[in-house]
Amino acid sequence: MLFFRREGTITLSNKITAKERLQINRQRMPEQDATARAANFQEVNLGFGEQLAMLEAQRCLQCREAKCIAGCPVMVDIPRFINYVAEGNFAAAAENLLRDNALPAVTGRVCPQETQCEARCVRGQKGAPVAIGYLERFVADWARHNEGSIVTTHAPRMGRKIAIVGSGPAGLTAAGELVRVGHSVTIYEALHKPGGVLVYGIPEFRLPKKIVHDEVQRLKKTGVKIECNVIIGRTYTLQDLRQRFDAVFIANGAGLPVFMNVPGENLKGVYSANEYLTRVNLMEAYDFPKTDTPVLAGRRVATIGGGNVAMDAARTAKRVGAEQSSIGYRRTRAEMPARAEEIHHAEQEGIAFEFLVAPLEVLGNAQRWVTGLKCRRMRLGEPDESGRRSPVPIPGSEFVIECDLVIVAIGSRANPLLTATCPELKLNKWGNIEVDASGMTSLPGVFAGGDIVRGAATVILAMGDGKRAARTIDVYLKRG
Amino acid sequence: MHKILSKRKLSPNVTRLDVLAERIAAIRLPGQFVIVRRGEGAERIPLTIADSDAKAGSIALVIQAVGKSTRELVALEEGESIQDISGPLGRPTELIESGHALCVGGGVGTAVVHPIAQGLFRRGVRVTSVIGGRSKEWVIFEEELRRLGEVVVCTDDGSYGRKGFVTDAVKDLLAAGGVDVVYAIGPVPMMRAVAELTRPASLHTSVSLNPVMVDGTGMCGGCRVSIGGETKFACVDGPEFDGHQVDFDLLADRLSIYRPQEQKSLARHGEACLIGLEKPKGA
Ligand SMILES: Cc1cc2nc3c(=O)[nH]c(=O)nc-3n(C[C@H](O)[C@H](O)[C@H](O)COP(=O)(O)OP(=O)(O)OC[C@H]3O[C@@H](n4cnc5c(N)ncnc54)[C@H](O)[C@@H]3O)c2cc1C
Ligand SMILES: Cc1cc2nc3c(=O)[nH]c(=O)nc-3n(C[C@H](O)[C@H](O)[C@H](O)COP(=O)(O)OP(=O)(O)OC[C@H]3O[C@@H](n4cnc5c(N)ncnc54)[C@H](O)[C@@H]3O)c2cc1C
Ligand code: SF4
Ligand code: SF4
Ligand code: FES
Repeated sequence: MLFFRREGTITLSNKITAKERLQINRQRMPEQDATARAANFQEVNLGFGEQLAMLEAQRCLQCREAKCIAGCPVMVDIPRFINYVAEGNFAAAAENLLRDNALPAVTGRVCPQETQCEARCVRGQKGAPVAIGYLERFVADWARHNEGSIVTTHAPRMGRKIAIVGSGPAGLTAAGELVRVGHSVTIYEALHKPGGVLVYGIPEFRLPKKIVHDEVQRLKKTGVKIECNVIIGRTYTLQDLRQRFDAVFIANGAGLPVFMNVPGENLKGVYSANEYLTRVNLMEAYDFPKTDTPVLAGRRVATIGGGNVAMDAARTAKRVGAEQSSIGYRRTRAEMPARAEEIHHAEQEGIAFEFLVAPLEVLGNAQRWVTGLKCRRMRLGEPDESGRRSPVPIPGSEFVIECDLVIVAIGSRANPLLTATCPELKLNKWGNIEVDASGMTSLPGVFAGGDIVRGAATVILAMGDGKRAARTIDVYLKRG
Repeated sequence: MHKILSKRKLSPNVTRLDVLAERIAAIRLPGQFVIVRRGEGAERIPLTIADSDAKAGSIALVIQAVGKSTRELVALEEGESIQDISGPLGRPTELIESGHALCVGGGVGTAVVHPIAQGLFRRGVRVTSVIGGRSKEWVIFEEELRRLGEVVVCTDDGSYGRKGFVTDAVKDLLAAGGVDVVYAIGPVPMMRAVAELTRPASLHTSVSLNPVMVDGTGMCGGCRVSIGGETKFACVDGPEFDGHQVDFDLLADRLSIYRPQEQKSLARHGEACLIGLEKPKGA
């Protein structure tokens, strides 16, 4: 035997057989104790140490036809960087990973690995897949702490100017790629801090803001200009940008909260998840009154929804002091779109789940404060065209979830602020911008990607769009 | 960073700051506002652009000190800076092309009505302003509005102009006839009262709503108001709406959401009591 499963005492070798690799079990992510962490905002997952990472990396069979790669929307060369980790050559692992993925410290933490890369890993067919996400995170964190040891190259400037609208993962990725090939890039961001959902939506306990901040600083060092507090459609129009720049990439996300459209929704104590999370994350309301923006803590908080946003809201509620925090979802656990790890962590932290329920009305008292959420039970009916079984109400099943705060996390749509000021921009029926196969909109030289094109999707898909747009913009500018 | 070029106290608790914000100064239109964040850890608060000077690249913010954020803003001195100003936000006012407009301003709302009167005046619309305050020293923007048309000043105690509320003066002016539109901006009860005066004759009355805001771009939904039974986001669909359609109860109610927290914040600011201060528009 070449290994012992305890950190610190492992002997490693590159020349291990497949059989030996198969004998290693998936390493567990060290995490903060559930009770302790439900009361603080520090990161839940603590990350692999070097030994644990190397051991986990040895589980990878280095498949000749690595299926995992096809599961990753940006096609990270997974076995290659993992092989370097197994060898303990973290610098090489980082160089390779960063070539494919500009924000691995982010995606390693927030990608739905279980439906993407890890879903395709052959080791998952019998047992647990390689912990690709944890390894990605390990390498990215190593790189952040050993910045000097990684080489990045930049082409000389060639004087083409590109404007990017929005500093979320799509915008940041496109900016990074464009400066790398020598263009000048200016990002315009509506809020006072760059990062998009990564700073205003996803909480600190899942994605420390320091990581996003460092990534933004790194981009700035490479010459990317970021102007905050500039709202395209208000401060400048798209037309202004088209005149001043050679190309424009629109990556303004899908920041329009969807409400439930039920009576009582404007009562005091009803938040959209966007508002709730923005207050806590971007405006740091968890530190009130040291910071100036307040948030209602709530004693009993009911969150409606089943995605990452709902998990984040419900878990945040616990952390800002709610005694009880529950999630109501209209389908079952199996259909919940949230990352498996988030659901698991939420359960560990004592979040109560009510499945197969749909909200009917928010109830309030004489002072118009929320007192409860009237719901109806559902059952799963026949599969619809999409193959998903849609929920059907059960007559006479009304009941009340008693609560003093309701957080609505049932999705978000394209924000019309920008598009409304530019009628020539072709939209689909949901208000998302239409693009062709190359990522170009109906306006020449104007490209779009991320959530504004896809509707609320994922970080890695937004990054993939940013990367692709950067490539097509480069081609477009060199041709034109 | 936005440098404060000048600072002037207009009334016991209203201060005017002229602040460098070139881009906004060049393009802002009547009815639009900015969101201001003083510095790290500070709140984002909405303030109307009361005036601008495109040549100097400055905008005028007229601020009523009601809570921690506004007090800290007016505590800034000339030469100091505000960290973040974003805008111009909101839909510009729908200005009539000709005729006679009544511009009604209560308290700090007078500063908010000023750019509207300005816009109307520039189009050649006849402007009559009705403005009010508790007593003489609380009346603001009189001089600026006089340059645009006739001004009727009302004070609660009769220490200056006409004694009584602005609504009394509005009633008389409406009775005299010839008014084509009313723009009313001030505390919620005042806007509601003016809207009730004009409702019987269906005289169009535009009011400016001031719900609590965060981003100002339609992203959070915190600023939702009810207009004709429909939920709207004041920051992008407004802030001005048809006064006859507004659910003022809901607005006033939602403005009270953070009252305990506001008190706490203020206590931290070092002044535990609000006594002697006028309530802001909306409170
Ligand atoms: C709470 C929450 C949790 C999530 N969790 C996950 C997760 O775990 N894993 C995952 O993969 N995905 C997750 N997602 C989804 C993911 O964050 C998004 O799909 C992704 O951020 C989209 O990236 P984007 O660059 O298209 O837009 P965004 O991240 O939305 O960024 C858009 C930026 O543009 C700015 N902007 C908007 N309008 C304008 C304008 N007119 N002018 C200038 N700037 C403008 C916005 O302020 C924002 O900063 C989560 C989303 C939320 C809300
Ligand atoms: C579109 C818009 C334009 C505005 N323009 C101006 C302006 O030109 N000048 C100006 O002085 N104020 C204006 N306001 C109001 C201003 O934003 C608030 O007074 C400010 O946010 C209060 O912050 P604070 O921390 O000082 O007080 P807080 O401690 O937050 O509040 C103190 C008191 O003010 C009330 N309050 C809280 N938020 C608001 C609010 N948004 N509007 C009214 N009352 C509020 C509270 O109920 C409380 O009674 C505007 C508001 C909006 C929405
Ligand atoms: S970017 Fe996401 S999907 Fe791709 S390898 Fe990394 S964790 Fe997996
Ligand atoms: S499929 Fe799994 S085992 Fe094979 S290369 Fe990818 S990560 Fe390694
Ligand atoms: S302030 Fe957030 S939507 Fe209006």
